[in-house]
Amino acid sequence: MKALTEKGNEILDNVIVKENDGVKEGVDQETVDAVREVGGKYKYGWATDIEMEYAPKGLTPDIVRLISEKNEEPQWMTDWRLEAYERWLTKTEPDWAMVDYPEIDFQDQYYYARPKSMAVKPKSLDDVDPKLLETYKKLGIPLKEQAILAGVEGAEELTDAPRKVAVDAVFDSVSVGTTFQAELRKAGVIFCSISEAIREHPELVRKYLGSVVPVSDNFYATLNSAVFSDGSFVYVPPGVRCPMELSTYFRINAENTGQFERTLIIADKGSYVSYLEGCTAPQRDESQLHAAVVEIIIEEDAEVKYSTVQNWYPGDENGKGGIYNFVTKRADCRGDRAKVMWTQVETGSAVTWKYPSCILRGDDSQGEFYSIAIANNMQQADTGTKMIHLGKRTKSRIVSKGISAGKAQNTYRGLVTMHPKAKESRNYTQCDSLLIGDKCGAHTVPYIEVKNNSSRVEHEATTSKVDEDQMFYCRSRGMDEEEAVALVVNGFCKDVLQALPMEFAMEAQALVAISLEGSVG
Amino acid sequence: MAAPAPKENPTEAMLASRQIPAAKGWSTAAREDAVARLRRMGLPDRRDEYWKFTRPDSLIQPDAPRAAVLANDEPPLFDQVDRLKIVFVDGVFDAQASDDLSLEGLSIERLAVSDSDLHWARDIYGVLETRGQTPVDRPLAALNTACATDGVLIHVTGTPSKPVSLIYRHMSETSDAILHHCIKLDAGAELTVLENGPAAARFNKVMEVDVADGASFHHIRAQGRDHERRAATHLFARLGSASHFKSFTMTVNGVLTRNEAVIELTGDDASAHIAGACVGDGEFHHDDTVFITHDAVNCESRQVFKKVLRNGATGVFQGKILVKAGAQKTDGYQISQSLLLDGDSQFLAKPELEIYADDVACSHGSTSGAIDEEALFYLRARGVPKGEATDMLTLSFLAEAVEEIASDTLKEEINARLESWLNRRRS
Repeated sequence: MKALTEKGNEILDNVIVKENDGVKEGVDQETVDAVREVGGKYKYGWATDIEMEYAPKGLTPDIVRLISEKNEEPQWMTDWRLEAYERWLTKTEPDWAMVDYPEIDFQDQYYYARPKSMAVKPKSLDDVDPKLLETYKKLGIPLKEQAILAGVEGAEELTDAPRKVAVDAVFDSVSVGTTFQAELRKAGVIFCSISEAIREHPELVRKYLGSVVPVSDNFYATLNSAVFSDGSFVYVPPGVRCPMELSTYFRINAENTGQFERTLIIADKGSYVSYLEGCTAPQRDESQLHAAVVEIIIEEDAEVKYSTVQNWYPGDENGKGGIYNFVTKRADCRGDRAKVMWTQVETGSAVTWKYPSCILRGDDSQGEFYSIAIANNMQQADTGTKMIHLGKRTKSRIVSKGISAGKAQNTYRGLVTMHPKAKESRNYTQCDSLLIGDKCGAHTVPYIEVKNNSSRVEHEATTSKVDEDQMFYCRSRGMDEEEAVALVVNGFCKDVLQALPMEFAMEAQALVAISLEGSVG
Repeated sequence: MAAPAPKENPTEAMLASRQIPAAKGWSTAAREDAVARLRRMGLPDRRDEYWKFTRPDSLIQPDAPRAAVLANDEPPLFDQVDRLKIVFVDGVFDAQASDDLSLEGLSIERLAVSDSDLHWARDIYGVLETRGQTPVDRPLAALNTACATDGVLIHVTGTPSKPVSLIYRHMSETSDAILHHCIKLDAGAELTVLENGPAAARFNKVMEVDVADGASFHHIRAQGRDHERRAATHLFARLGSASHFKSFTMTVNGVLTRNEAVIELTGDDASAHIAGACVGDGEFHHDDTVFITHDAVNCESRQVFKKVLRNGATGVFQGKILVKAGAQKTDGYQISQSLLLDGDSQFLAKPELEIYADDVACSHGSTSGAIDEEALFYLRARGVPKGEATDMLTLSFLAEAVEEIASDTLKEEINARLESWLNRRRS
């Protein structure tokens, strides 16, 4: 193993993206190509040269009003934001996470930036600035519906059409467009940008916005409540199984601009929806702020799957630049037998502060959290979940895999609480950390509160390095060291990778290896 | 005594209510430093993260809350063990009841009467406590260093023939005792320390143990059964290379107990085991807070804490393994488990790992739940009455912690005490 740490930088990178095609038997060319596709250094680091419109720097009530006005919001929404702004002024930034970054000057940020061409809302995707469409195409996000249909006209009507994914694309502060809206509408599903929802479905937004993450929940959520500019809105009516996966793709492009998106998902009784979220940002020397809020409401017998592949620009090897990712995500299982599943692959961001949580209010409701967090170079990640058991016979499961390499710090922080009335509930938590190199750190900070005796709580955590026995096993079967490491690391993450929807699993698997690039040595 | 300080500053109020012992040569500077340290950090309050699960109020108010003295009908613990007895009654040394303090292989002095200027204890008293103040403040330990009225200073040079037994009697309903012990084990030396008794209505105790290379220290403690007593104890230990440290604590009853253990492995190949078994009923709040720092290569640490709770009792466990950069080949293990015998009791835990070295194997586990119904059914199906069956399962649950005691005689004695506690409460 000594040799492993002394080995050069390119180990994992070579395994996954073999240039000389030392492809093993059983691995088809397509897989190799697909993996190579996502290979290389941070490949989304380019910026789109597009004319932007900014609100002045800094945060004042006028900026809040301006954002509200730009989104053509009703008065109640403006008031809601202003109240949040007032609350924000009284709040202090949390400092309990194991992350360390220079103080953020909240007045030295742009809180609103949109491409000039979006000043007049395009009526359909055909009217969208080609530069924007190009951006998403380059990111591999198909916004043109026909692109998804692979040129087959009318494929939408075919029963054996390829799996479709409806996409809402958010570029800096605005939503560029949402695909497949018509087809979704047919099923009764509302999928649009949150700004559109505020205008078109105020009754739903008013009822649910801020009901899971209250305005003054925490410093960043309060800030978000005041200045969120766009995001996605999903409503799935009772008994409807959403006919396709929904996806939002967030892109930060403008410099010195914070992105504050707000996502609201409502799964009404007996409905089902699977939601995917992806994010990237250009490579810049200045750090940028991203403070999102995601609220999910799950009614009786409904189920929501929320998957994230977070790949914001992580900064360079010396910790220069990168996104500060301060995110509040929470799901509220309001009805009995409601079910939510968070799956996250966190590979990007210079600093991550993120704890997707589940409030298990309904009896027999279930929450699951699967996470892979990879921190390399100078990245810092403090992430985990909260499982709040309130209803009877509620179940939760946490599987967290943290990988630290380079000089990174990776922390799992979580809470499991069993309230006195949450009789016969169950939690199982497994947190594993893997350390690659002796300059990084891996930490586990779980809080466990059990207030009744008919519930069972089990927590397990381990920290280790790449297992020597496993390495030996692989090596003795003819694999070289690099291949063996990749195999072991992927095996380490297997439980979580398997929980991802098909669309993401492939990308995530490759990301796992690429994020660790240069870490062995 | 100074005038009472304004109510809004509990630290000043507490200091004003204490009689800081008059200058005693070598310890003067240490006490002055401790006062400054305490003023800097202030006494804990409910908002402190480190006191998240335990309310410190009754530990920081100037006067000790009243605690009735229990009429104990059990024979004194460790009575069958050949030992050197040192007795404190409500924190005051009782020469009459204590043995002669001389024993081959060690020297024992009392803190209150050791006033030579160049005392070995200068390098330990308040020194290990200060080391233990980073990264988390432990203000009650600083208060102890500043205000301790007595304690023992034990210097072990060889292998004494019998253990040193510290006996803490509780006679006064309002006693507020502060004792501070320093133990220094020279290279290769060995010592077993036994502690038992409720000590006082409120007891603040610090024990600092310096274990030199190749030495071993074994500690077995039983905190008294008095229902209303309160205790805040700190055990600070520094371990040299290839040294061994073992500590076991049994707690039955007591309205509030906070036991902190701060152990630093500074020499290679050292091992530290710390365990606790507690059983509590009703007004019972028991907090084990452990902080183990690995700062050397190839060390092993093990934490085993078991709590049995009933009738609204609360068990707290905060345990941390910190592995510093360079502390390779560390083997760190931690388990905290609670058995909740009814619906009112609660278990609050924060088992933490903070690791900066890659070649390590560290793990922690924490579980909480009720008695295993299937196991209970198995026993009852074989004719064991329910109460007895529950006790059997409870004892087997506690066994992993009790197993940490090396001596079989002591293990049996502790087990017997746990069994009789369960017996008294059998429904």
